Amino acid sequence: MTSNDEWRFEGPDQVATALRSVDYLPSHEIASTVFLADRLAKPVLVEGPAGTGKTQLAKSVAELTGARLIRLQCYEGLDESKALYEWNYRKQLLRIQAGQGGDQQSQDWAELEEDIFDEDFLLTRPLLEAIRATDPVVLLIDEVDRVELETEALMLEILSEYQVSIPELGTVTANQVPMVFLTSNNTRELSEALKRRCLFLHVGYPDVERERLIVETRVPGISAALAEQIAQIVRTLRGMDLKKVPSVSETIDWAKTLVILGKDSISEEDAVATLHILLKYQSDIDKATGELTGTRR
Amino acid sequence: MLDILNSFIVELRQAGLPISMTEHIDAAAAMSHVDMTQRSQFKDALRATLVKSEDHAAAFDIAFEVYFADRSIEGIDDLDDALETDAQGDTAPEGESGLRGPGNAKGTGGGGGMSAEELKDLLEQAIRANDSELRAQVAAAAVSRFAGMEPGRPVGGTYYLYRTLRNLELDELLERLVEEQRATGPMTSLQERLARDELGARIEGMKEAIEAEIRRRLVEDRGAEALARSVRKPLPEDIDVMHATRDEINTLERALRPLSRKLAVRLTRKRRHGRRGPLDFRQTVRRSLSTGGVPIDPRYRHPRPAKPEIVVIADISGSVASFARFTLHLVYAISSQFSKVRSFVFVDGIDEVTHYFEESDDPAEAVHRINTEANVVWIDGHSDYGHAFKAFDERWGDEINSRTSVLILGDARNNYHASEAWVIADLQARARHVYWLNPEPSSYWGSGDSIVGEYARHCDRVVEVRTLRQLEQFVGELA
Repeated sequence: MTSNDEWRFEGPDQVATALRSVDYLPSHEIASTVFLADRLAKPVLVEGPAGTGKTQLAKSVAELTGARLIRLQCYEGLDESKALYEWNYRKQLLRIQAGQGGDQQSQDWAELEEDIFDEDFLLTRPLLEAIRATDPVVLLIDEVDRVELETEALMLEILSEYQVSIPELGTVTANQVPMVFLTSNNTRELSEALKRRCLFLHVGYPDVERERLIVETRVPGISAALAEQIAQIVRTLRGMDLKKVPSVSETIDWAKTLVILGKDSISEEDAVATLHILLKYQSDIDKATGELTGTRR
Repeated sequence: MLDILNSFIVELRQAGLPISMTEHIDAAAAMSHVDMTQRSQFKDALRATLVKSEDHAAAFDIAFEVYFADRSIEGIDDLDDALETDAQGDTAPEGESGLRGPGNAKGTGGGGGMSAEELKDLLEQAIRANDSELRAQVAAAAVSRFAGMEPGRPVGGTYYLYRTLRNLELDELLERLVEEQRATGPMTSLQERLARDELGARIEGMKEAIEAEIRRRLVEDRGAEALARSVRKPLPEDIDVMHATRDEINTLERALRPLSRKLAVRLTRKRRHGRRGPLDFRQTVRRSLSTGGVPIDPRYRHPRPAKPEIVVIADISGSVASFARFTLHLVYAISSQFSKVRSFVFVDGIDEVTHYFEESDDPAEAVHRINTEANVVWIDGHSDYGHAFKAFDERWGDEINSRTSVLILGDARNNYHASEAWVIADLQARARHVYWLNPEPSSYWGSGDSIVGEYARHCDRVVEVRTLRQLEQFVGELA
């Protein structure tokens, strides 16, 4: 299915450059894995703490390849009819009633049955839509760890064969291999079967250098010195034993706030006054305030 | 190449990573797409295809460093040959890249010409400049100078690392550099903290460089397979809690939080998605409106099974303290799954510690307070199960009823005191269940002063819980 000219990327370095051009700063692991996902035609399972840019990665890849993003948000209780496809039974009923009322009495049942199980009566849901798309798409299955173990099995056929079997219609095969990203916050162990079909990518918190670059890219008009200081303070906070350490998206919010406030550097008072943007528990804020200002309680 | 990939995967499996045939094939397929001359690309490709859990990443990194040690680019292809031949001096290219400072980092012999003072100066320079190349060179020189490596010794390198670090006195250097910054001008404590963390991170980088250097030389000396065996570390969930080193305890602490969160999520779901309850008439009728009043899609109520009450009685004497800590932490992390949790700790006296957990919303903090504040010593601070149980029965025995599950944690090493096993028999008669969790391997039970056998007769189950994996499994079954 894939020949040389169909590959989207030439090498990890090119992936990295392309991602940077859409304001996403990848680590080399991210770039290599995205590159391999394309070459091996495999989905990528992206795992990591909340707010480290897992979903954003899929969006950015869609943006740089000029593809449409199809998103399936997972939740408990997600089932086949929400993820794959559903027969539009109201429309089917109407079709049957219409057949009974008119002159078409002669039309026999077999023909009618053939008719109502046609693609016209099929409601496509995200997974099937991604398979049937003729334009380039990126499929994002978000927070896959929220569905039950049994529902995971629904996705296995798509993930390994890029096809969906509909009993009444037969098998729908993909016209092209879409790039697929699954994200997980690791609230439960995913099944071996799912993991085996995917490449695995762990997106953790970035190091100071990358975080500084991310802040500079995402927050226009920030000074290099401020970005550096922000990255350092966030690292210090992540080193503390907190209930929830600041994520990258919170760092960006914080940086934006400081820019709006017109700060060029962060004094202790500034840090303490705006700490609630980074930390979401009062006990964490108290602890961090104490440690940053040296007034440990 | 496929051969060496094969033996690499065998090593990963030995380390406990579940690697299937499919993943092996993927890794081999990935090889044909990446630029093998780029070490980091090569590593990323192997990691993406072989490692499917972040917990396994550390084991992978170690194995990778051993099998594909940083050497010449072509070296990957003829690594097989390199494994056969004895290490003959230096084959690594990085020594040849030259050293800007005095001395020479080439191989095992190099660097010896540099005095300890010169080396320390260079080290300081590397930390100040935060220059990774210089750092690698300093690491090489430091290992040559201080580690005193002896060829052929079957060790994992921890000792060499310790020797090198002791001589470099990195902690002192950190203090000195912080002091120096403080001298340049007044600093707020925020600035000081940031400076300290920054330098700390650089020094940590230095330690890693030294560790990598030692490992590289060990591979040259003894070959990858032999070394991989000695540096292999158990996965976090397989660490024996009772005999964990301090590093391992830290790993466990980190593993515990996500573990308890996962367990809580799983149990909530289990509770919710159990059997169907009785028909929910109202919802069924509501649903039937879209099908013209025909109830096609019946709805059911969810059953709400009663939650058990838990009483934890934990031995927190030295030998089993960390085990009790982890268990209490885990039980409280999922306390929403129980209607009530009460906890008691003992050594030879016993004390209730439930309120520590109620006052603090962080189990780790509560556990810490227990160790410092609970009143558990009666006479001499040596475990006395018999006395502790008797005291429990006198003070709280009445509160055990048919809804209560009792968990007793301990190795039942009673220092030859009386067992007073009748208390347990009495508890069992009143409680719903009595479980005993023993952190010792079952083959040791009943040896020496262990009297777990005497208590076991009165328990519903005695479970061997040596690792987090076993602990998680037990607690999962309980709820």
